[in-house]
Amino acid sequence: MKYALEVKGLGKKYDDFELKDIHFSLPTGMILGFIGENGAGKTTTIKAILNMIQLDSGHIKIFGCDIKKETELAKEEIGVVLDDMFFPEILTPKDINVIMKDIYQNWDQTLFYQYINDFHLPLKQAIKTLSKGMRKKLEIATALSHHPKLLILDEPTAGLDPIARSEVIDLFRDFIQEKDCSILLSSHITTDLEHIADYIIFINEGTMLLSKTCDALLEEYGIVKCKEKEFKQIDKKDKVRFRKNRYEYEILIENKKEFKKKYPSSIIDKITLEDLMIFMLKGEVEK
Amino acid sequence: MEIIISNSSGVPIYEQIKEQIKTEILSGVLKPGENLPSIRSLAKDLRCSVITTKNAYEELEKEGYIKTVPAKGSYIADINIELIREEQLKNIERFVENAVFLAKRNGVSKKELTEIINILYEEDEK
Repeated sequence: MKYALEVKGLGKKYDDFELKDIHFSLPTGMILGFIGENGAGKTTTIKAILNMIQLDSGHIKIFGCDIKKETELAKEEIGVVLDDMFFPEILTPKDINVIMKDIYQNWDQTLFYQYINDFHLPLKQAIKTLSKGMRKKLEIATALSHHPKLLILDEPTAGLDPIARSEVIDLFRDFIQEKDCSILLSSHITTDLEHIADYIIFINEGTMLLSKTCDALLEEYGIVKCKEKEFKQIDKKDKVRFRKNRYEYEILIENKKEFKKKYPSSIIDKITLEDLMIFMLKGEVEK
Repeated sequence: MEIIISNSSGVPIYEQIKEQIKTEILSGVLKPGENLPSIRSLAKDLRCSVITTKNAYEELEKEGYIKTVPAKGSYIADINIELIREEQLKNIERFVENAVFLAKRNGVSKKELTEIINILYEEDEK
């Protein structure tokens, strides 16, 4: 299998935060979704991949090449949307086109204007006059217009309304129609990821909690609701996390099929990525 | 080809895709040799991930319903639909045999049994 991105043993220590042994690979043509709380280390990892911070340990390869050595290749092949806008506010979308033409060899002016038009963005208004959603769309248009092979997107749908979000997600779907195009994206809006991500990486406090295909996560994990009496009859090892509510217990389980075999009368609910995050971070582990 | 994905049914999405393509093949809507959409375009149109459609196609290939040529795409395999149908009919017969046996033993009339079948059949078509 060919990989668009390989991250191995990534580590970075700050005074109050440490990224520990982050490792994953993104096969070419696939989408990897990054989930985790604010401050979990998603943006730090993304910045490391973009060579924006110095690593303490680990290495990163893009299309099989070391990012530290092949900076020019990395620049041409990657399209980026970061959480905070990196354009000066006095520029207009038209100015951005002029600047990008100089930066990227493959800058496609026609495509850029096409996106500006599709997104209904004003060509000659300063960025500072644009709404949050419009800025995001401008960033996405910019990231796509030099025909990158890998998109790295930090919260690309943040601040967008549901209609705009679905437009943007459709753009990503169009993007991966090409077999050699891949996407790494982080998002708080986990429902967006459920319908598009092939792989999910879940990080918390700088370490990886889960790394699986999205389908496997949604099929294997589940939530069991039960009363105290039943709760006590369930083996400790079958409870990944649990929450004691006022009227019932909720248990996060990691193998629905096995669980159903072992406890045939149990009621198992489907899980969403959001449930999974909340249970993993807020649920208790039975002692 | 028509595929309807339900996000609330609890059946994994790749399985829904697989079973529905199978139905289309067995009912003759999709004919041997006919091309299938690429995993990417199918994922886009069904709004699911590429891995999901890839899984569905891989299972269909394993079961002999489709063939995939690298870099070219997938098409319906040259299968003997009659033969598969015959086998499935035998399967069905075996199940119904059990049902009839149970019905007779418990005094359930032929009419009542057909009624049950009718209801179940229609329920599934909703």
